[in-house]
Amino acid sequence: MEVVMIIVIGCLFAGATYLMLSKSLLRIIIGTGLLSHGAHLLLLTMGGLKKGAPPLLDVQAEHYVDPVPQALILTAIVISFGVTAFLLVLAYRSYQEIGTDNIEQMRGKEDHD
Amino acid sequence: MTNAVIFPIAIPLTTAVILMFCVKSLKAQKMISLVSAGVLIAAGAWLVRLVDHEGMQKLDVGNWPAPFGITLVSDMLSALLVLTTSMIALACLLYSFFTIDSKQASMYYYVFFQFLIVGVNGAFTTGDIFNLFVFYEVMLMSSYALLVHGGTKIQLQETMKYMVINVFSSALFVIAVGYLYAVTGTLNMAHLAVRISQADNTAVLTVICLLFLIVFGLKGALFPFYVWMPGAYSAPPSAVLALFGGLLTKVGVYSILRTFSLIFRQDVGYTHTILAWLAIATVVFGVIGAVAYRDMRQIAIYNIVAAVGVMAFGISLMTEESMEGTIFYLLQDMVMKTALFFIVGAIAYVAGTNQLGRFSGLLGSYPLLSWTVFLSALALSGIPPFSGFIGKALIIRAAFEKGQLLFALVVLLSSLLVLYSVMKIFIQSCWGEARGYEQKRVAPLYVPIVALLSLAVLYGVGAEFVRPYIAQAAATLADPSMYIESVLKE
Repeated sequence: MEVVMIIVIGCLFAGATYLMLSKSLLRIIIGTGLLSHGAHLLLLTMGGLKKGAPPLLDVQAEHYVDPVPQALILTAIVISFGVTAFLLVLAYRSYQEIGTDNIEQMRGKEDHD
Repeated sequence: MTNAVIFPIAIPLTTAVILMFCVKSLKAQKMISLVSAGVLIAAGAWLVRLVDHEGMQKLDVGNWPAPFGITLVSDMLSALLVLTTSMIALACLLYSFFTIDSKQASMYYYVFFQFLIVGVNGAFTTGDIFNLFVFYEVMLMSSYALLVHGGTKIQLQETMKYMVINVFSSALFVIAVGYLYAVTGTLNMAHLAVRISQADNTAVLTVICLLFLIVFGLKGALFPFYVWMPGAYSAPPSAVLALFGGLLTKVGVYSILRTFSLIFRQDVGYTHTILAWLAIATVVFGVIGAVAYRDMRQIAIYNIVAAVGVMAFGISLMTEESMEGTIFYLLQDMVMKTALFFIVGAIAYVAGTNQLGRFSGLLGSYPLLSWTVFLSALALSGIPPFSGFIGKALIIRAAFEKGQLLFALVVLLSSLLVLYSVMKIFIQSCWGEARGYEQKRVAPLYVPIVALLSLAVLYGVGAEFVRPYIAQAAATLADPSMYIESVLKE
């Protein structure tokens, strides 16, 4: 099971890298979304995918799945959610102010010699 | 009382929450921030004293014993860094009072400021690798907000790039933590160190170690990961830039120092050689940038890169002496880089430009400002009575003892070029005929500048006084068993 997950995560990372290297801001942000999906799935996979009950103590079971990676993922999800929301608003603002969503054109300073 | 460890995090956090409720009154915000910065310094000094008298302080949050809960650990290194951070915070706060205009300051500026201090102090104090990630995010999110605060074109475009780089490196951090958890099954740093010292599969640990080096190198601006920095740091106002230059990259350096001395000791020959090469390349590229530019800000930014390289080189040597030198250099560099950005900001305010050559002759109208440039050039390059000397001297001596003559010579030569780059600011802006600037009132700006510079001079002159503290910090780094025992006991 882990092998399948790792291949899928690898594809997510490849897609994310490809998108993050493109010119359009929106594609880059979609890339960061895919990247965080990949990272979160990787956390889940690396914690182990052995079969067990969900980590609830009122479910009587021999084995439970590891609760630590789930807590880590939940933390990482809200953090990346906050950052992505900020990033999207920032992209919207820079589209309004600079008038382009092409990262190649976002260069140059006011003060040049 | 073991709760002493949490005050450097709790004080700015509480302040930030209180400040959110009084954004309307700028006066109240300034007063509250000022009081809180003062209390923070007192808490930092108290923590240093406590660690000195009673040994390493740890706090198991929520009374869960060490590997199972989050542990906050303050050894001498963390305590000293927290104290330095709070002093820099106070200086930056004073500088902000005078330079950030009231419209911008009333848009939650001081709230973000306090959250940045929370993140930095938390990252210096935590004993848990995932908690370190969370504090990194606290710090980075506030830095995004402060970087774009004001919303000019250049800030928007540079924040965009800075954010994308940091989102990428944060994802890499999560991935590295995931791998580490899969191999060791723990997140507590002391417990990780124990598990890794017992592990037999060291090759995968070396790979994870290098992944962490990439993550912290991206945060701390090591070669070849420093390329985001010159652009991002050219955008924000001087007060924010001084805060970033003093604190943000140094958290990356601290993380490398902590992980390479405590956790990843399984294959020192390989990992630390890579770190040494990266460090030397960082020094070289840093001084090339510092010499190349005529823009005062860029000169100061590339000086950060060069200094990060020197510190990383000190870490890579892994002797007690080199650790001592690195800590000496780290503390003075935080103070001096903040002071340098203050000075550059004050000159740019007077001259209306960052470009050297468009103005000259400041010495006549602004003698104090000019002499602070001169003094900071001496302190940054490490002229003996000033602060930069002893750190670099210890690092170079350790390098000679380990037989790395070439690297030691590069570090020595870099001091010369750092001196040249800052002297270039002094000569081109302070000497010559008076032209290209106006008479402006800069007197209030002298308060934080002179405070930080006198701190740096005292630090250099009173090295005998601070040395016992730093030796204590270096001893815990050189021998991690003390750290491990005090965290995992009971």
